[in-house]
Amino acid sequence: MTAFDLKVRRYDPESGESAYWQDVSIELEPERSVLDAILKFKADTDNSLGIRCSCQAAICGSCGVRINGQSRLACNTQLGEASEELRSSDGTIVVEPMGNMPVLKDLIVDMDAVHWKKVQRVVPWLLPEGDPPEREYIVPGEAMIDVTQSMACIHCGACVSACLSMEVDPEFIGPAALAKAYRFVGDPRDSQTEERLRDLAEDPHGIYDCTHCFACIEVCPKDVAPMSQIMRLRRRATGDYGIKDSNNGYGHGKAFVDIVGKYGTLHESQLVPRSYADGSLIKSQVRPDSLKQLAEGLPTVLNGLRSGKVSPVKAIWHKKLPDQDQVRRIYHEVESRGERIELNLYIVGDEAENAQMGPDAGADEPAMGDAADVDTGARSTEEEGAGVQ
Amino acid sequence: MKVAYWPGCVSRGFTPELHGSMAAVAPKLDLELIELDRASCCGAGVIAEHNQELVDTLNARTFAMAQQTGVQMMNICSTCQGAQSECQQRLDADPDYRAMINSHLEPEGLHYERAGREWTNKNLLWLLVEDIGLDALRERVVRPLEGLRVAPFYGCYIVRPTGRLGYDEFPQRDFYLDWVIEALGGTAVDYAGSHKCCGFPVITMARATSLRQAGRHLADAIDAGADCLATPCPLCHLNLDLQQPDAEKYVERELGIPVLHLPQLLGLALGLEPRELGMDKHVVKTREVQRKVRELAAA
Ligand code: SF4
Ligand code: SF4
Ligand code: FES
Repeated sequence: MTAFDLKVRRYDPESGESAYWQDVSIELEPERSVLDAILKFKADTDNSLGIRCSCQAAICGSCGVRINGQSRLACNTQLGEASEELRSSDGTIVVEPMGNMPVLKDLIVDMDAVHWKKVQRVVPWLLPEGDPPEREYIVPGEAMIDVTQSMACIHCGACVSACLSMEVDPEFIGPAALAKAYRFVGDPRDSQTEERLRDLAEDPHGIYDCTHCFACIEVCPKDVAPMSQIMRLRRRATGDYGIKDSNNGYGHGKAFVDIVGKYGTLHESQLVPRSYADGSLIKSQVRPDSLKQLAEGLPTVLNGLRSGKVSPVKAIWHKKLPDQDQVRRIYHEVESRGERIELNLYIVGDEAENAQMGPDAGADEPAMGDAADVDTGARSTEEEGAGVQ
Repeated sequence: MKVAYWPGCVSRGFTPELHGSMAAVAPKLDLELIELDRASCCGAGVIAEHNQELVDTLNARTFAMAQQTGVQMMNICSTCQGAQSECQQRLDADPDYRAMINSHLEPEGLHYERAGREWTNKNLLWLLVEDIGLDALRERVVRPLEGLRVAPFYGCYIVRPTGRLGYDEFPQRDFYLDWVIEALGGTAVDYAGSHKCCGFPVITMARATSLRQAGRHLADAIDAGADCLATPCPLCHLNLDLQQPDAEKYVERELGIPVLHLPQLLGLALGLEPRELGMDKHVVKTREVQRKVRELAAA
């Protein structure tokens, strides 16, 4: 038995009193979880402390909290590890409710008001076309492998709690719900793929509101990598369906890729106007809505010129890379193939890690352990041009 | 120490003061920079979003050129670090995939060799702590930045996801900027935004989200009493400095806090003059920082 000090955030909105920290001292084995410590404290000392839990085995997703500032499952975090973490400098384990969601009581947040509402927003059920087949739907194996990662979600809300876009834009659909959206976009039985993508691309709080901060990838206890699913949604929306959204997601991506294809390096002053015009430099000069958006962004470019960091010549003229023909050739080789090749590490695992692991290692990590069996399906290819307009 | 140096696009585009200050500070650190001037953009996460095979090939080409120099690679941009580490992880994970990507490089005789820990691509920040060493850095300081309160701003791409960024081997990489500031004699300011997102990736797509993030972190740093921010990422710099006047509108308060590039901060402590470090080329004026540093020199 070891003694552990915890600092727990207490708050009862109905009491009218403000939030406060409660010091909790508990003796338990270091392998036991933070949830164990809290439940012991509840049982022995103060039963009024609110926390949600059920399975105590990282399956049900109900015990999401923030421990030492990091969103995670209380049942899946060992006391010994948490107390040694670098950010808890004096060994005290700091436990708070999750972020980005209102607190109902102590460590319990309102998942309905935020997380589940957003999940509903993406229509999280299959919308097949026509009458159901007499027997089961036949689906290619690769297609289902492609969506397994998004299906692993246990709806703990850790990613929602950590999301840095949601912190400043509460209307952002957010990581968990968008990962769920990909689960249906990637499902070949669904008939509304393009409509789903168009909807998520056009929503100002949709796929282009994700600031690519990796926080959701870092905290997810099930390796769902929500940000990677959002990037897949963007790839499908632009690459497969050519959806030109009013948030400039299409334009930004196209402009960036085209500029690097042409010059080898990025030319920021072309990136801005082109982004506002579906990636085209010409359209950006003549299309009224892109001009308007450009005007909004214009102070930025002027700031750059005024501060002397960008010369007027540089703002207009960009030198091509020596050997740019190599970059051009690579672009041509890869893009002319008509299919995209993607290596999904969730499925193949990491070569180095696999080599380190002994034969029975990874028993509790099915994704890694199964890597050899699914080798052929791991490198998924996506047919291109399914619905290009 | 010799490094294959990848400056990135932005340091030669919209933040030329970064490229210049790195060149100025390198000799002070005994760093010999072999510039990879034929390498292409790392893709900054955007090309990956479009086509993984394409971005993996472009970066395999860069790695192959770096490996030809026989020394490790160094970058000065958190975003380059993250985007390139992501590609390297895929290239290293699967021999067949790697061979397929390498086949695109054959016409030029280039080849990326899976190097494990033998060959690495490190941000300047990591290199400072892990290869040069904080003690060695301290010894080189001629103008300790005493009294200068610096708020570290790391940039998402070098702090997350830890699984891909070598944190298993170097678990304290998300403290390095604090340590470097202290090693230079300054005070590292503790504030909420140090490891958050500057908002740059969505500046053209979700302007409010983007500038509310930048504005909030800047405001937090000001409230924590910082004289300036310092960042190893030029893209963060764009949102925090270039966009700062606009960010004020989104957080509805005045900001006006200068943002230094990591090499500029190093340069000041290692005895270079603000002008040599391009500190007159910022949108938010660095005058106050310059004044403090001059006073230090006089004292
Ligand atoms: S990567 Fe996107 S979805 Fe994930 S936490 Fe950051 S902003 Fe949110
Ligand atoms: S994606 Fe991961 S972190 Fe987010 S709710 Fe699902 S399991 Fe939890
Ligand atoms: S109690 Fe079920 S996941 Fe923690």
